[in-house]
Amino acid sequence: MLVKTIFAGFGGQGVLLMGVCVATAAMNEDKFVTYMPSYGAEVRGGTANCTVSISTDEISSPIASSPNYVVAMNNPSLLRFQHIIKPGGYIVTNSSLVNVELGRSGVTQIQVPGSDIAEELGAMRSANMVMLGAYAAVSNVVSFQSLIDAVGEVTGKKKKELVEFNIKAIKAGHDNAKEQIKKLESIEA
Amino acid sequence: MKNKEKRLMRGSEAIGEAAVRAGCACYFGYPITPQNELTEYMARRMMDTGRVFLQSESEIAAINMALGAASTGARVMTSSSSPGISLKQEGISFIAAMELPCVIVNIVRGGPGLGNIAPAQSDYFQATRGGGHGDYRTIVLAPASVQELYDLTRKSFELADEYRTPVLVLADGMLGQMMEPVVFNDKEILPEQLPDKPWTVKGAKDRPSRFIRSLLLDVDVEEEQNWRLYRKYQRIERREIRHEEYYMKGAELAIVAYGTAARIAKAAVKRCVEKNMRVGLIRPISLWPFPYEHIYKTAETVKHFMSFEMSTGQMVEDVQLGVKGRAEVLMYGRPGGVVPTPAELFRVISRAYNKIAREK
Amino acid sequence: MKDAATHYCQGCGHSVIHRLTAEVIEELGIADRAVGVPPAGCAVLAYFYFDVDMIEAPHGRACAVATGIKRANPESIVFSYQGDGDLAAIGTAEAVHSANRSENITVIFVNNAVYGMTGGQMAPTTLLGQRTTTSPAAAGREAHREGYPIKVSELLASLEGSTYIERCAVNSVRAIRRTKKAIREAFLTQMNGEGFSMVEILSPCPTNWKMSPVKSWKWIDEVMTPYFPLGVIKDSRKGSKKDAG
Repeated sequence: MLVKTIFAGFGGQGVLLMGVCVATAAMNEDKFVTYMPSYGAEVRGGTANCTVSISTDEISSPIASSPNYVVAMNNPSLLRFQHIIKPGGYIVTNSSLVNVELGRSGVTQIQVPGSDIAEELGAMRSANMVMLGAYAAVSNVVSFQSLIDAVGEVTGKKKKELVEFNIKAIKAGHDNAKEQIKKLESIEA
Repeated sequence: MKNKEKRLMRGSEAIGEAAVRAGCACYFGYPITPQNELTEYMARRMMDTGRVFLQSESEIAAINMALGAASTGARVMTSSSSPGISLKQEGISFIAAMELPCVIVNIVRGGPGLGNIAPAQSDYFQATRGGGHGDYRTIVLAPASVQELYDLTRKSFELADEYRTPVLVLADGMLGQMMEPVVFNDKEILPEQLPDKPWTVKGAKDRPSRFIRSLLLDVDVEEEQNWRLYRKYQRIERREIRHEEYYMKGAELAIVAYGTAARIAKAAVKRCVEKNMRVGLIRPISLWPFPYEHIYKTAETVKHFMSFEMSTGQMVEDVQLGVKGRAEVLMYGRPGGVVPTPAELFRVISRAYNKIAREK
Repeated sequence: MKDAATHYCQGCGHSVIHRLTAEVIEELGIADRAVGVPPAGCAVLAYFYFDVDMIEAPHGRACAVATGIKRANPESIVFSYQGDGDLAAIGTAEAVHSANRSENITVIFVNNAVYGMTGGQMAPTTLLGQRTTTSPAAAGREAHREGYPIKVSELLASLEGSTYIERCAVNSVRAIRRTKKAIREAFLTQMNGEGFSMVEILSPCPTNWKMSPVKSWKWIDEVMTPYFPLGVIKDSRKGSKKDAG
């Protein structure tokens, strides 16, 4: 098993943090994992992305030329990465901000209004956590519980309220995506 | 967490943490992408631990500060990326000549010139042939994972002390930037726990004064010093060769690759093996000393080698030196900062392998 | 000092400056803490004469090497001994930044307005009108072609970080006494942890100036000091009378 995911958005949306959380969760599940951020001049333009590879075997390249999953937090991310997703793969979009149409077939799009859900919960900034929950529901590459633990570990256990809020956000995203998947499955059935 | 010491770490941080845990007392550096994370990590950690961190005015100053600090017996490190490493070469030559221990990290980027900041392996010649002026070598270690960045950086400090010679850790932007789990299998040493070195210049207290120099105007004396260094390098060549093998048993084609390229090669070789192709991988971990002897022995039965590098072909010359005409040596390279995919390399290997099979 | 005959030419200022530095080190009782960093230049062999720990530096890098030693081992009393080519040409960046960081080191800067060891080429401190092997025009060094002689002491004094800077000469008994006092002040600055100190010493090079030793002493008075004025250029130590910074 080798699963590659690209998390992409603009600077400040916390996409790198999403990647670190998923990578930490995978590490704690004793899986092989690599995390690779975009760096240098590339990040100066205001966009950021990172690639997380998770596998039961050694991972050769931490880069993804054809990822299984893309989490797109904004329009440029969808436009940039939609065409390299592996056929049969998924793109999870933050539909609060992504309003361009997916320009290809052969992949499944899950639309989760991450920013709106986060705002309802009381902190727009936590859209990344909502989307992280959605990603976990779609990919099942790490368990929900280890993701929650990893978020606590990465964001610091000291700020208990923040951790609890993040868990709420992850859960909300997770539930939202789960429902959509259920609908999709019932249509297919 | 099951294992308390297992940490998801960025490559550059793993290098820095290895240095700290090896008892590195002084770090000198100058900003250059893609190794800034290492300098920044050292700034934080060295200040936290009350050790010396100094951002110098240039790479030239940094290597010479390292030279000065090393002369006191302290474990020292400096780091940079390709153009900055070029600037350090004069200093590295002096450090080798003066027989001072020093760890130098090169997070290689695309070149020549300013090139770009993408991962590359084009500094192989510079690293393995001494790099600066004069008859000398530096030990060169080429990690291929974040765990190895940690382990081999730690090892570098020991090798530098043992042989009183500069040790180069050769990585690239991909290894430096990526995160992977790291397990600390070692015991941390504090700078003050390191044994005193008998050759330092810290002031002639209760002993005659001494000096450290590289200027030897008498040609006979300089010649003897060169032979002395040469004998040391021979000792290193006998004792410090490191390499790894992967599916080499029964292989007919041996891929030779190091660092990031070796990771990609591993995946490609695995696919080859799954398709019943007899392909294996030799991964030099020490680039100098290079595993010539091992390659020579391998070439007794393996008649085809392929050097795979993120350059137009530099290590291939060492593979040829190892093979000594016993086998064919092919080359596949992607310079300029391109990181080839395992699929691409798989296609290249398949073509070569099928050609070999047809000609048999 | 070690019991050794020096390789310096007749009338060269280095021997005197070596002796003064060694005397100060001995009188201050810091010989067992002192670490010297000689340059690439005529004084490259200084470790044969000074009876203290020494380490060679690549050309121009003495201030960086001294920085490394001092940072790694702050108990050391670290001094670099540099010529004008070493400090004011190839090593300008290291000197400027060491002064600016107020590295707690002492620089003995020997200014003889010429590259000595390599055979009398133009130095950054070569005076206008002075002929050298690389400013061979009849008019000697000309500003429009070769720029101006650098006043290193004034340059470094302008930096916030520099603490004690004095310019002296070694062309008379009085001047030599004054130089020794300056070297002493510089080392005291370091011993008191007050930061960067430098003594610039105008020093004769009869061989490359193509003058007799006596004439070269006069030349310092008549030609060098009008451009490179003697005296304390900066003293920002606590309790000092003069703070030109």
